Amino acid sequence: MISAPDVVAFTREEELEDDLYREPPLPEEYSVPLFPFAGQGANPWAKVAGSKFTRDFILISEFSEQVGPQPLLTIPDDAKVSGTFDLNYFSLRIMSVDYQASFVGHPPGSAYPKLNFVEDSKVVLGDSKEGAFAYVHHLTLYDLEARGFVRPFCMAYISADEHKIMQQFQELSAEFSKASECLKTGNRKAFANELEKKLKDLDYTRTVLHNETEVQKKANDKGYYTTQAIEKANELASVEKLIIEHQDLLRQIRSYPYRKLKESEFHPYEPECALDRADPGCDQHPAPSDPAEPGETHLYTHIPSYTPKLIKAKSAKCFDKKLKTLEELCDVYFFTQTLDQLHHIERTFRGDVCYLLTEQISRALLKQQSVTNFLFEDVSFLDEKPPEKQYRGCQGLDQDAMDGKCLEESLTPKVVISLGSYKSSVECVPIKMEQEMEDSEEPKMSESVTSEPQENLDYLDADIKGSISSGESIEVLGTEKSGSGLTKSESQASLPVIPSPQAGRSKVGSRRTVSEDSIEVLSTCPSESLIPEDFKASYPSAINEEPYVDNDDERGLRFAPRLSAGVADEQDDISKQESLVQVDAACCIGKESPNFLEPLPELGQKLCEEDGVVRIPPQPYRPAEQGLRGGFPSHDGVPGGLLPYELDSRYLSGSREVSKSSLDECSDSTSYISSAASTCSDRTPSPAHPACQATERHRKRAGQNALRFIRQYPFAHPAIYSLLSGRTLVVLGEDEAMVKKLVTALSIFVPNCGVYAKPVKHWVTSPLHLVDFQKWKLIGLQRTVSPAGVNVLHALSRYSRYLSILDADSKTLRCPLYKGTVVARLADHRTQIKRGSTYYMHVQSILTQLCSKAFLFTFCHHLHLPISEREPEESVVNRRMNFLKLQLGLANEDVKIVQYLAELLKLHYIQEPGQGGNPLLRFDYVPSFLYKI
Amino acid sequence: KSSVQTIGEEQIQNPYTELLVLKGHQDIVRFLVQIDDCRFASAGDDGIVFLWNAQTGEKLFELHGHTHKITAIAPFSSSDVSEEKTHLIITASADRTVIVWDCTSGRQVQKVSCFHSTVKCLTVLQRLDVWLSGGSDLCVWNRKLDLLCKTSHLTDAGISALVELPKNCVAAAVGKELIIFRLSASNNGSEGWNVLEVKRLVDHQDNILSLVSVNDLTFATGSHIGELIVWDALDWTKQASECNFWDSSVHPDVQPEIKLSQSPNETSVQHLASDEECVFAAVGKGIYVYNLQMKRVIACQRTAHDSSVLHIEKLPNRQLISCSEDGSVRIWELREKQQLPAEPVPTGFFNMWGFGRANKQANQAAKKMQENTPMYFLELVGDLIGHSSAVQMFLYFGELGLATCSADHLIILWKDGERESSLRSLTLFQKLAHNGDLQLKL
Repeated sequence: MISAPDVVAFTREEELEDDLYREPPLPEEYSVPLFPFAGQGANPWAKVAGSKFTRDFILISEFSEQVGPQPLLTIPDDAKVSGTFDLNYFSLRIMSVDYQASFVGHPPGSAYPKLNFVEDSKVVLGDSKEGAFAYVHHLTLYDLEARGFVRPFCMAYISADEHKIMQQFQELSAEFSKASECLKTGNRKAFANELEKKLKDLDYTRTVLHNETEVQKKANDKGYYTTQAIEKANELASVEKLIIEHQDLLRQIRSYPYRKLKESEFHPYEPECALDRADPGCDQHPAPSDPAEPGETHLYTHIPSYTPKLIKAKSAKCFDKKLKTLEELCDVYFFTQTLDQLHHIERTFRGDVCYLLTEQISRALLKQQSVTNFLFEDVSFLDEKPPEKQYRGCQGLDQDAMDGKCLEESLTPKVVISLGSYKSSVECVPIKMEQEMEDSEEPKMSESVTSEPQENLDYLDADIKGSISSGESIEVLGTEKSGSGLTKSESQASLPVIPSPQAGRSKVGSRRTVSEDSIEVLSTCPSESLIPEDFKASYPSAINEEPYVDNDDERGLRFAPRLSAGVADEQDDISKQESLVQVDAACCIGKESPNFLEPLPELGQKLCEEDGVVRIPPQPYRPAEQGLRGGFPSHDGVPGGLLPYELDSRYLSGSREVSKSSLDECSDSTSYISSAASTCSDRTPSPAHPACQATERHRKRAGQNALRFIRQYPFAHPAIYSLLSGRTLVVLGEDEAMVKKLVTALSIFVPNCGVYAKPVKHWVTSPLHLVDFQKWKLIGLQRTVSPAGVNVLHALSRYSRYLSILDADSKTLRCPLYKGTVVARLADHRTQIKRGSTYYMHVQSILTQLCSKAFLFTFCHHLHLPISEREPEESVVNRRMNFLKLQLGLANEDVKIVQYLAELLKLHYIQEPGQGGNPLLRFDYVPSFLYKI
Repeated sequence: KSSVQTIGEEQIQNPYTELLVLKGHQDIVRFLVQIDDCRFASAGDDGIVFLWNAQTGEKLFELHGHTHKITAIAPFSSSDVSEEKTHLIITASADRTVIVWDCTSGRQVQKVSCFHSTVKCLTVLQRLDVWLSGGSDLCVWNRKLDLLCKTSHLTDAGISALVELPKNCVAAAVGKELIIFRLSASNNGSEGWNVLEVKRLVDHQDNILSLVSVNDLTFATGSHIGELIVWDALDWTKQASECNFWDSSVHPDVQPEIKLSQSPNETSVQHLASDEECVFAAVGKGIYVYNLQMKRVIACQRTAHDSSVLHIEKLPNRQLISCSEDGSVRIWELREKQQLPAEPVPTGFFNMWGFGRANKQANQAAKKMQENTPMYFLELVGDLIGHSSAVQMFLYFGELGLATCSADHLIILWKDGERESSLRSLTLFQKLAHNGDLQLKL
């Protein structure tokens, strides 16, 4: 069946085809990927370069003092994930950009080795050859046997999508900081334990040596010392020195938390928490792998049982000893926590960046709607604390990695953009345009031009601090401190070339470069080391050297085969891909509902141009403006939260309109991107937010079942109306699976009564009672032929006035009449929406409209209370009905839906916290009708 | 086919569109008493007394003290001008104790356990500031729970009902007999009272089940076999009696099948209620309105429910509420029949069955029975279905709604949804103002 959006898509492509052929002749390979996938609903914003791995993953590697950079583990721990991606090579890459001053040893003027509590460094780098971009988080762990007592490690989030790394930098940084702090805390604990053991050993050795010396002294009455005796004495002296050194180290490592305590809210772990593992926040995910042996746990936690060993004076050669593994370096509890956190990160950032951003935006917007959001949103979605608070155990620990500025920003999903950066990026606009003009004559496949959002420029401008040019053309674009803390003045001071068109242009060029060995480091560490001066000095030349034109071909060629692979994959995984948002669905929603109450007129206008194509990818939500807003969502407040769009006059004129904002350009980018996204989709099995992952699957399934329901049952409207108006719907049937499926389908229409779980009961076998209708608004009920079943049916008929009954076996529905219009929009059986998750979103959007109407209705004073004391009740009632019908445009039974939602809002608002409140049952005395197929 | 009138799902006049289920009891809830404007107490076979807020449904107190089921409950509020009004309730239980509770603090004030038998009824004589307990004997107590006086042992069965009469008299129903007692101040002390048996009335053929005071001059009794006797409250003579509720001769249009199924159970007078003019009797499955002046039944609904009507109450607005063992509560309206001379109009209930169609025979019959035909009829205006078992009793709270208690251990508060909704709006805006959310935040 060819449905409308498909047709739309095809027609658009035909136009595009024509336009394309009007262009100067294209090499054959470029025309191939344009057509096949546009209708598949892939997302138009995905920008995926060729990469050898199938999905994002986390890599932990170490710069081993014995073998050099080596990968330790990947998360997910699956060989398929990294595929042919060369982990060793990439480890080398990411370990080569560690700038932290990890100086440990004997500092001048100090008698004892000093531990350096190094801050982590955070770097973004890209490797175009591998098609990999990475957020790299460097950290050092302490190891008594290691050189300088430190072992450098790094955790890297590797993605094929550069934009994801850039746009999610703050989030990644915050999350990885938590993981890192957790790991480091565990490491300090383990290190302290190790030191203690070592001290015991040394103490024991000293005693032994001392005894031996005494024995020798006694045995030796000759008056002079034998060589042996001198050796022993030297040995003893060195042991004693070692003891003092180790004691000092122990003191230092133990003083760490206290030092940190003076700084911002640092909460060290409670030791008993580590022992009993009772921390609920940390244990919510089953430990995926617990590599530590039970014996090791024993070793760490029961120190008193340790028996000291004799220590040989001469330490083993560097390459003889086996270095400790990562597990051994860290307390087992903390190690598991770290792994949990990393898995959490992996789940959080899985999927395409546009999903992440949309999710973040809608989450942030929903948070503001504290009055109405409980009605239809997932409880988990709302209940979920901000990620910062989820791992309570680790919560405090990440603070020490961040200075004040960093901390402030990490609380909110935000991309670092300072005012200065805007200014400079505005200045860059003409350059950008020029760039695009230039590119438009070239093959259209140069993705970073057609689809590059402006904010990447912002990044560059905001983050630029310096760059390095070597044979491998590494660009170092800023330190982390400077990235957030640096404002215009500093960045420009270090980079005087920015305002100049040439520099800007070459910068853009350099970013698109697919040179053999380009590594782009876009942000770095807060530690004092910073960037060497010579890096900065060499920056301009590095850019000018960029050979970027000749590689475009290569990229285009590489592109085609991957697409065809994508087709196969897509067809295989159609079911898997349901979670993908169908972009054209957004358009057909708009068409289906012309009187759509537009919540964000400006936004909508900018997002959808006249052809209904959403052209601008979602932008990160910037809650910096949040402080300006009150507790209530206002019209001003909502677009205010989407700062990027407001600033988009620049955006549009700069990168879209000026750069030939004709259809071909746009559709080119969309069609290209949609095809790219289809490849991307199999790499992103479930674009899901962590806590919502189960819910996401549930949504998908519910949406799909709901679609099936509205297509299959002509009386879907009154059934949905029952749910929306708070009348309990009972799904009666013999087959549990079928009933449950129907209940799942219908559950998306059920408003929540409070912040508790949805009032949905999937399967009941006993007779229903009045109390059940208070609790549940959607019930799956078993039909049996046994005498017990008679009771069940008897109860149904007795309480029929409170119920709508959907008989799944005979396909009948008994419920009140519905003549409104809202449900028709909500559940159009001729809908073009094909995917469950799309339909789910469609439902959510209409329900959100209803919510806003209910909100208006509830909180308009004069609709409920008389204006003057003398005003009769009737006139208030009249005003109320007029408002509902005329102002809110509700017809017939739709009034009851809004009234019910308003009642829920009222109850929710006036309910005292902590007080459960009596669930009440509202009902109407209205006749029911029997619907049949 | 059931002959009970049904109203269907469309009930325009039924104001109760919201309900609250109050859970707490673990056994049959038999009693509901009003304490003040917004509080009521419930008691039943689990021996626990609950105090509830009638507006919010909030459980105020849970009073534990009795070990057996509660057999009687009475509110006892003092109205001393000097003190604050104190609300007490007295409960009697099958454990042969009587406990006085303070409704404000939820504490037990005092407990009496010197009874030889279960106290089955309690009556408060506000005028004399004493209360009476009726079991196998009649005891008179003052507020401090001093036993002022008591009668000798009456019967093993004990007093089943008590009602206050003028001139310091009380009527006690003991089996088939109605005994009038008089309280008189004793000569030797200010606090002392004597109780004397004045008269025994033996007009009932069967056990007296219900006893109600109509006004200062009359009271009425009903018995198990369906006798209703109206008494003069001053000289205790029989003013009128009605003993053939079931007799079809009185009611011309009774269906034969109702006559066939007569049994004492079907005709027992379960409960009586009254206003100044009428006595409302719950007889078997039916309800009857007996006019005192006309001395006859002016309206009836022979099968008002599917099974016995347990409680009946007249509302101020000419409405009548009845509850029954079938678990339903029904709201009736007493309407005057529009007597058009040419057209015979049958009684309210039967019109739906097509009786009194304008055929000749019925026409004649109607004319014949013109005098006997009630001039009013009871129209069903709504029913409340919520309980899954017998509704034992209900309590009408006016605007606040209606509380019903049932053998399914639940109490349901039925409320006017419109009123509740606007009350919630009021609360909402009060809270908004209180929180300062009404100010525009810029």
